[in-house]
Amino acid sequence: MTATMIRWSRALRLPDAALGLLGLLGLALLWELYKALGPADGWSIGGTRVLPRTTDLAMPHTWDVLIRLGEPLTAAPGAPPLWVAVAQASLFSLGIALAGWAIGVVVGFALAVLMARVRVAENAVLPLVVLSQTVPLIALAPVVRSWGSRIQVAGVTWEAWMSVAVIASYLAFFPVAVGALRGLQSPETLHTELMRAYGTGWWTTLVRLRLPASVPYVLPALRLAAANAVVGTVVAEVSTGLPGGVGRMILEFANFASSDPARPWAPLMGAVALGLLVAGLVGALGLPLARYRRTEVPA
Amino acid sequence: MSAPTAGGRGTTVAREALPRVAAPVLLAGGLLVVWEVAVVTAQIPPFLLPSPRAIAGEVQAMWPTLSGAIVVTGTNALVGLVIGALVGVGAAILAGMARSVDRVLAPMVAGLAVVPIVALAPVLYTMFGAAAETARWVVAAVAAFVPVFVTTLRGLRQTRPVHRDLLRVYAATRRQVTRTLTIPTALPFVFTGLRLASSLAVISAIVAEYFGGPRTGIGSFITTAAAGSNYARAWAFVVGGVVVGLVFYGVTLALEHLVRRRTAPVVSR
Amino acid sequence: MTTPGEPPTDQRAAAVEVRSVSRVFGSGRQAGPVVALDEVDLTVAAGEFVSLIGPSGCGKSTLLRLVADLDTPTAGSITVFGRSPEQARLAHDYGIAFQQAGLLPWRTVRANVELPLGLHGTGRAERRARAEHLLELVGLADFADHFPDQLSGGMQQRVAIARAFAEEPSLLLMDEPFGALDEMTRERLQVELTRICAQTRAAVVFVTHSIPEAVFLSDRVVVMSARPGRIQQVVDVRLGAGAAREDTLRQDGAYFDAVTEVRAALHGGEPARVVGVENR
Repeated sequence: MTATMIRWSRALRLPDAALGLLGLLGLALLWELYKALGPADGWSIGGTRVLPRTTDLAMPHTWDVLIRLGEPLTAAPGAPPLWVAVAQASLFSLGIALAGWAIGVVVGFALAVLMARVRVAENAVLPLVVLSQTVPLIALAPVVRSWGSRIQVAGVTWEAWMSVAVIASYLAFFPVAVGALRGLQSPETLHTELMRAYGTGWWTTLVRLRLPASVPYVLPALRLAAANAVVGTVVAEVSTGLPGGVGRMILEFANFASSDPARPWAPLMGAVALGLLVAGLVGALGLPLARYRRTEVPA
Repeated sequence: MSAPTAGGRGTTVAREALPRVAAPVLLAGGLLVVWEVAVVTAQIPPFLLPSPRAIAGEVQAMWPTLSGAIVVTGTNALVGLVIGALVGVGAAILAGMARSVDRVLAPMVAGLAVVPIVALAPVLYTMFGAAAETARWVVAAVAAFVPVFVTTLRGLRQTRPVHRDLLRVYAATRRQVTRTLTIPTALPFVFTGLRLASSLAVISAIVAEYFGGPRTGIGSFITTAAAGSNYARAWAFVVGGVVVGLVFYGVTLALEHLVRRRTAPVVSR
Repeated sequence: MTTPGEPPTDQRAAAVEVRSVSRVFGSGRQAGPVVALDEVDLTVAAGEFVSLIGPSGCGKSTLLRLVADLDTPTAGSITVFGRSPEQARLAHDYGIAFQQAGLLPWRTVRANVELPLGLHGTGRAERRARAEHLLELVGLADFADHFPDQLSGGMQQRVAIARAFAEEPSLLLMDEPFGALDEMTRERLQVELTRICAQTRAAVVFVTHSIPEAVFLSDRVVVMSARPGRIQQVVDVRLGAGAAREDTLRQDGAYFDAVTEVRAALHGGEPARVVGVENR
């Protein structure tokens, strides 16, 4: 009975989404309230401003931000509306993020299978994999920038966007490696011993038992990896200076903060939409695998 | 992921701990040696990969600047982590008490979790002024808020039916239930969230520096060095970031173990 | 133990008095309502040991939860020492033990036993003395400073029993407390339980799946049947006088007779079809 109810409430996402919008409205209200009542120059403690300035330049009205989306990007004739420009940039980033995600998933899964197969590999690799995430190796992004167009791999010139995808994949592989390893190791002793009794080899056991058993662990990991790939893409676009994507647009539009204060908010919304879109796409991957997901665990 | 340290007791720890510690250390050391040898023998250009020795040399040479940057970025991450954790725990308690709060917050947090929070940095620099570190605190705080909120809320819902029945039989007051059952049950979850948040806070604090603001922290120096084609130096600052990340991870991991020692081993990720 | 303003414990009243109690669960659209208990009557005298036994779904645990005020009856009335289950609960009239020991993993054995005393404002020194005494009673004095995860299942259950006796209740409610234990541990704890009960003169309502266990422990065994949950038969056991329950009793002829009688009652519950009746 409960299971049916949960499935129903999942199908009817509407109330949840509506409540989320309600929350957003609440935030907007807070924003306007603070803007109306807060001091123009913010509030500082010991020279550090801890509450923001409330001028129209620092905090544009929420409706101004929305209106600006519909207006042309620049005063030049034939300029596309701002929202179209943002959407184009976001789609560009979407492609890179998905590429990075795919690389990360392949590498992560390969590592997980290796670690599940060879005990020593797990002992040696897993701690480093865990450490790799505590360490902000994304700090490398500006360094990787220098690879652009300067090296060739198998006759193909290394493109700048590839650097971005590599950084995105670096952030994406971790949850997959850890989640898949946990999933591959999740079958109970009872089940592995059953396969042993049947005389099946390791690879057959992998395909028949471990892979299906890993689905509830892998799917949340894939979603997490997708979110990480988006973050990686945006950040890497910023630090490698790759033009065309939403990350670079965020940085460029920040320069208009004093002349066109609503404009920097547009690519920000593009990045948010990008994150939600990728999460939705990857979430849809799980739909056909419902029968393997009866015991899903949160990532 | 629970920590890669040993479980169990007594001699098994000693017997299993050695390969558990030795294997990753050997692998890491081996990778460093391969890196050094490869860079030197294959004459890999420094823009691609400087040698570990060159990086170590830069770390030494830049130490005064580097240590200052470590302190600045570390402080930003810490301030953000503390604010984000406090708000996260507070919001989780509210959501745990009132279903309506949970229903409004849950979709927003789910959204926040998949959205690149650092993208907020430029508008925050405008709001708080580009000379202040405040924008970086906010970015780190928002990033830290998400895992702390999620794990704390989960922890608040972990009380077992048998324990709830027991306290009802004892006619315990709400306060007593909170003190003797809910908080001790949730505490290890809070600290797991804190550990996850610590890495995010550090990364966010560094990355927020890529988007502008005062040129004081590790992220700023990495971009400066890379822009000046001084790659070994850029890597030296990356090493600084590694140090901050490890310190935050180590401290929160130790806290988590301290709290978790005597509680049911339920949380893992 | 009595707080002013509440009806006082009536020492002459029965420990538990159940009058035509029914409990119907949910009315889910597909499943329809489930009648867990149907018009059940039962009286447990002060100091009496009564077991509830029956197949899964006969409502024995439900009945116990109703007495403990962990659930409310759909119809009928229950009194515990002459007052409502809620009043009895608020006055800490009874102790309770579940199938799971339910120890708080972050508290030492001693702190677990002290838990109800602490919640009800007993002073530190008295708490400590009481816990010491109880742990001695269940043979765990040496383990006072251990944590639950360091104990075996049987030891954990002994701590739970010590905790149930913490406030010297005149009624003890036990829901399959030995259900998850191995047979040897089980029999040892049964002997221990009868000894403690004889010392404290507490009435006990004991839910179990095991016929030998019910017979060995009880003055009376209440045999229940399922769908709907009803009392099938009450078997008077009354082996030996009060305290005299030792392991030797398990070879006694009267004991076997009682086992046979309870088993017959369980089978008699559904003469047409034996399907679904579970007994050992």
